[in-house]
Amino acid sequence: MLEIKNLHVELEEEGKQILKGVDLTVDAGKVHAIMGPNGSGKSTLSYVLSGRDGYKVTQGSASLLGEDLLEMEPEERAAAGMFLAFQYPVEIPGVGNMTFLRTAVNSQRKARGEEEMSATDFLKSVRAKAKSLKIDADMLKRPVNVGFSGGEKKRNEILQMAMLEPKLCILDETDSGLDVDAMKLVSEGVNALRDADRGFLVITHYQRLLDHIKPDVVHIMANGRMVTSGGPELALEVEKNGYADILKETA
Amino acid sequence: MALPKYKADATQERLSHVSRPVGGFSEVARRDALSRVENLGLPTRRDEYWKYTRPESLVEVEVPPAALFVSDEAPVFSDLECLKIVFVDGVFDADASDDLDLEGIEIHRLADAPDVLWARDIYGVLETRGQTPVARPLASLNTACATDGVLIRVTQTPRKPISLIYRHVSEISDAMLHHCIKVEPQASVTILETGTASARLNVCMEVEVAANAQCNHVRMQGRDHERRTVSHIFARLCEASTFKTFTLTANGALTRNEVVVELTGDNGVAHVAGACLGDGAFHHDDTVFITHDAENCESRQVFKKVLRNGAVGVFQGKILVKAGAQKTDGYQISQSLLLDDDSQFLAKPELEIYADDVICSHGSTSGAIDETALFYLRARGIDRGTATDLMTIAFVAEAVAEVEDVALQDEITDLVDNWLMRRREP
Repeated sequence: MLEIKNLHVELEEEGKQILKGVDLTVDAGKVHAIMGPNGSGKSTLSYVLSGRDGYKVTQGSASLLGEDLLEMEPEERAAAGMFLAFQYPVEIPGVGNMTFLRTAVNSQRKARGEEEMSATDFLKSVRAKAKSLKIDADMLKRPVNVGFSGGEKKRNEILQMAMLEPKLCILDETDSGLDVDAMKLVSEGVNALRDADRGFLVITHYQRLLDHIKPDVVHIMANGRMVTSGGPELALEVEKNGYADILKETA
Repeated sequence: MALPKYKADATQERLSHVSRPVGGFSEVARRDALSRVENLGLPTRRDEYWKYTRPESLVEVEVPPAALFVSDEAPVFSDLECLKIVFVDGVFDADASDDLDLEGIEIHRLADAPDVLWARDIYGVLETRGQTPVARPLASLNTACATDGVLIRVTQTPRKPISLIYRHVSEISDAMLHHCIKVEPQASVTILETGTASARLNVCMEVEVAANAQCNHVRMQGRDHERRTVSHIFARLCEASTFKTFTLTANGALTRNEVVVELTGDNGVAHVAGACLGDGAFHHDDTVFITHDAENCESRQVFKKVLRNGAVGVFQGKILVKAGAQKTDGYQISQSLLLDDDSQFLAKPELEIYADDVICSHGSTSGAIDETALFYLRARGIDRGTATDLMTIAFVAEAVAEVEDVALQDEITDLVDNWLMRRREP
């Protein structure tokens, strides 16, 4: 589903190379986790895949379901099935959460040549999904993420994911800033979306999230590339011994 | 002090080309206003108060022509039930207007008003009070020369708003309209003002709000690209009264909107707000002066400007808190959203405070669309244009929220949305 080949990326302004040949394949129905020390390029990878400005791809390719991601605008990638749950969800004063969600859902449908969702269907769907994430009516009415707590912001990300039904979900340190209960709630939201047609890329520092969202494959990323991959046991090893041993072995 | 010759000459030149109505209840007020104009002189670009806006085209004898604007948009507030008073090129149109008859309200046409006693205490009187500490000679010119307008006295809250509707059919019309509004104790009224009155318009509105009364004013300035407007609102607020005014300006070659509010009774509330949308040859100036001369009054100024393609926005806003005006709560915010690098926003916020127990805050910002937020919206599948529009509407929303009536708010938001849609890149 997601095919990344030899991806090299540098910061547009500074020319500093961040990704130095990333190879990664995520198949439908699978959950892949990416762990790695700070500065290894994990978040950059998520931004490059979702189309944020400021990065320059110097080599390599990335495709989603056979479509070249790197040629597309961010909104086109979203319509093609890409979803990034932000590490720091953005506050947008003045734009109502509901308006935002509905515009997003219908923009994607329109871009795919599908019929727009009616106001009633949308409301029904959003209410049901919000309820399971314990998002109350007030949060839906408020401007996007404004005045939301850290946990509320992350739950709001998962609500968007549930409404948009993407093909590939990237979760960028979704566990950061979450207490135990919130992490459980968010994980349940993610697990409810696990599906044979959907792939996940979970970026995290901690094994703990992976207790809740069980990965099929764990990758260790360091210095701009994947250095090793394995099963869930790899995450446990990181938790126990840190990255030093693994990085030494692969050096 | 004698005026400099260039100024005196320009003033005389203009005065010699305008006709002044004579007779009627306002005769004395007009004569006084004329001498004010002669003493003050009409504004020139050398005046400090006109530093950011060039007054020449508002002052000179020749009217810069303004092509007639044909819009496919339904007239603003056309679905709203209200008492319509129509002016065409600055002349009252009785056929197009409703009967000037509404329970709780007394309405006269300025041009043929009998001796309206209450209006004598307002016509030119509030304008004169508004001449210090800053001179507003174009308002005096209006008082001296206005040919038409309405006198509205509200004794009881009417069941519908009063709607002043402006149209123009001449490309070189030069109108001066003067309205007086008096809201008696306990009464409440909504005044709407929409459209383009003439190629060049000088409009003056004097509003007196008595104790415990309320006046809401909502204005949509016409979308004609080449029109020029100078407007003055002079409001005097008595004890526990409320005055709220909001203006949406989309297009127009030159607009100078001055609002002068005097809070003379305790517990008064004055909200002055505006949003403008400018694209290209557009110069919009909001000049506000609020005087707190009583205790425990609240004033708010909320102005938002969306500018692109070289459009220019100006804000000069002042809060003057006089000695003794304790517990004043004054707030002022003026912000611009610059949609490209060519546009310009000039702001001069001022506070002058002589009381020691007050809260006054002010802020002014100028910025582009927040790229981080834009990316967030796009990453959810919303295209750049729609995302930019969403954020632009959100930017303007704080000013629109100052309008009390939610139905009016929605209509204003639709107008903003339509304006943005027309500029959407295909």
